[in-house]
Amino acid sequence: MDFSGLIGQLVQQLINGISLGSIYALIALGYTMVYGIIRLINFAHGDIYMLGAYAGFFAITVFKFSFIPALIFSMAAAGIVGMFIERAAYRPLRQAPKIAVLITAIGVSLFLEYGGMLLVSPQPRTFPAVFTAEVYKIGGMVINSQQVIILVVSLLLMVILTYVVHRTKIGKAMRAVSFDTDAARLMGIDVDRVISFTFGIGSALAAAAGVLVGIYYNSIDPLMGIMPGLKAFVAAVLGGIGSIPGAMLGGTILGVIEALVSGFWSSTFRDAVAFAILIIILLWKPAGLLGKNVREKV
Amino acid sequence: MTGMNLARKTKTDLMALAGCVIAFAIVQGLIMADIIGPFWQLNIILIGINIILAVSLNLINGFTGQFSIGHAGFMAVGAYLSAVLTVKFQLPFIVAILGGALAAGVLGFAIGLPTLRLNGDYLAIATLGLGEIIRICILNIQYIGGASGFMGIPRYTDFPWVFTLTVVTVFAIKNFIDSTHGRACISIRENEIAAEAMGVDTTKYKVLAFTMGAAFAGVAGALFSHYFYIAHPASFTFMKSFDILTMVVLGGLGSITGSITAAVLLTFVSAALASYPEWRMIIYSLLLIVLMMYRPQGLFGNKEISLKMFSRLTGGKQNGATQGN
Repeated sequence: MDFSGLIGQLVQQLINGISLGSIYALIALGYTMVYGIIRLINFAHGDIYMLGAYAGFFAITVFKFSFIPALIFSMAAAGIVGMFIERAAYRPLRQAPKIAVLITAIGVSLFLEYGGMLLVSPQPRTFPAVFTAEVYKIGGMVINSQQVIILVVSLLLMVILTYVVHRTKIGKAMRAVSFDTDAARLMGIDVDRVISFTFGIGSALAAAAGVLVGIYYNSIDPLMGIMPGLKAFVAAVLGGIGSIPGAMLGGTILGVIEALVSGFWSSTFRDAVAFAILIIILLWKPAGLLGKNVREKV
Repeated sequence: MTGMNLARKTKTDLMALAGCVIAFAIVQGLIMADIIGPFWQLNIILIGINIILAVSLNLINGFTGQFSIGHAGFMAVGAYLSAVLTVKFQLPFIVAILGGALAAGVLGFAIGLPTLRLNGDYLAIATLGLGEIIRICILNIQYIGGASGFMGIPRYTDFPWVFTLTVVTVFAIKNFIDSTHGRACISIRENEIAAEAMGVDTTKYKVLAFTMGAAFAGVAGALFSHYFYIAHPASFTFMKSFDILTMVVLGGLGSITGSITAAVLLTFVSAALASYPEWRMIIYSLLLIVLMMYRPQGLFGNKEISLKMFSRLTGGKQNGATQGN
């Protein structure tokens, strides 16, 4: 392969990586917000993404919605489910040891996966084509319309999220609870309501990612959430868990690295590389790229 | 330990050993007389393997308080390495088991040394990632069958092997916990910073417990692959790690008898639900959630069930005499 061909392939993989990475970023945002507020790795988050994909699927095939209404429907449905899960499974454990909450999260995750299998059958389903796939060629590079849509929708959602967190009253409350829960409660913030809202937003973003993946890969199944869920967690840790720009950065970096690994080496090692990055980051910079290091108090 | 206590401990150990021999003789007799059919034989073998896995994970999670969820990875290493030793090198089974345990232990040491600096959630996710890395690496080594699995492993595992190794594991871990080193591990679980301040070399003990746990998982893996004729990467996903974790949590973090009971119970539940795999996992997950809500310490908490407990229940006034342990 000559030099310009190599550069061309590199740029091509960057394009693929950024569109994949923006999906990881959308899921990672939910992880990071929940972790930032209640210090819980919500293992079930990846399964919310799966639920979102199915909600979008049924909205399009059964209710005959077009793309935007289906996306909103799926986000709303997943948001409600996310809030319900928080209310039913995590809130009773607010005072429990961390391991108990983590195990509950694993339990919720398994429940959603196998409950989903029972309900919608384990077979993968073909996601309906809501767009005619167009392929744009720009100077030898290939970009398809799905990638453009993924990128536009993710960027739009991230802008909305940034606005909500930094410019609205509930966003201010979220930041306060994340900074110091007890002080926030003393200042009259309804902490439970804020946590519930955080789960709602995070789940809605994951659902959007699910619908976008359905459109991109044309296939959804009840176990589809496991790997992207774990990878989005890696992305959140990579960027600095608890930090919203960190999640976006981490997701993009992870997506690009994965695309490069599959493009230049072997796609079977993609997942292994993602986990290796996680471990290296944890050992080298436990707070992540954009995170702050907090010393443990005695 | 005073002479009196030592004598008492030797006595209980001997009694336990006698109990094991009797239990073994009964089950082995029933198997030889064909009263226990192949289906229940399979489940008895699985119970033994699950006990080894649960007790060894309990040493890491329950007694040392380090939250590891990558146990299936170490089991995979034991399963594959022992299979390589018996199939490719024609070595006897016992050497293969020891080799599998050694390899898993060395890997546990190599992985534990850097990662055990992490704590809580971060350690959990790092071990999960490591378990997956091990599995993906195995998946890509053609020498041991790659994605289609390592086939043609001879069936060396039978009831006497499983029983003996289960007893050895339980005794080894029980005695470790009761030793100075085990107490150091428990002190880390209770409060790592305080343990450090009291002069406990926390890194050393965390790595020691992790290495031991990994080595015994290797033993379980060796038994597993030599019973089912095959070692397959799909058997060692993090679902398997969660299975083991469920046993540990159900029985009680920090209770060996709890882990044993839970391993027996859950193996039976799995056997009973074998024809409804989805329901099995739904029941598993609901069990986990409900358990964490109403009894986060597991069935037995960190208590052990023992004969002493029964004599206390039946009204024997032995409380004062037994408190010295």
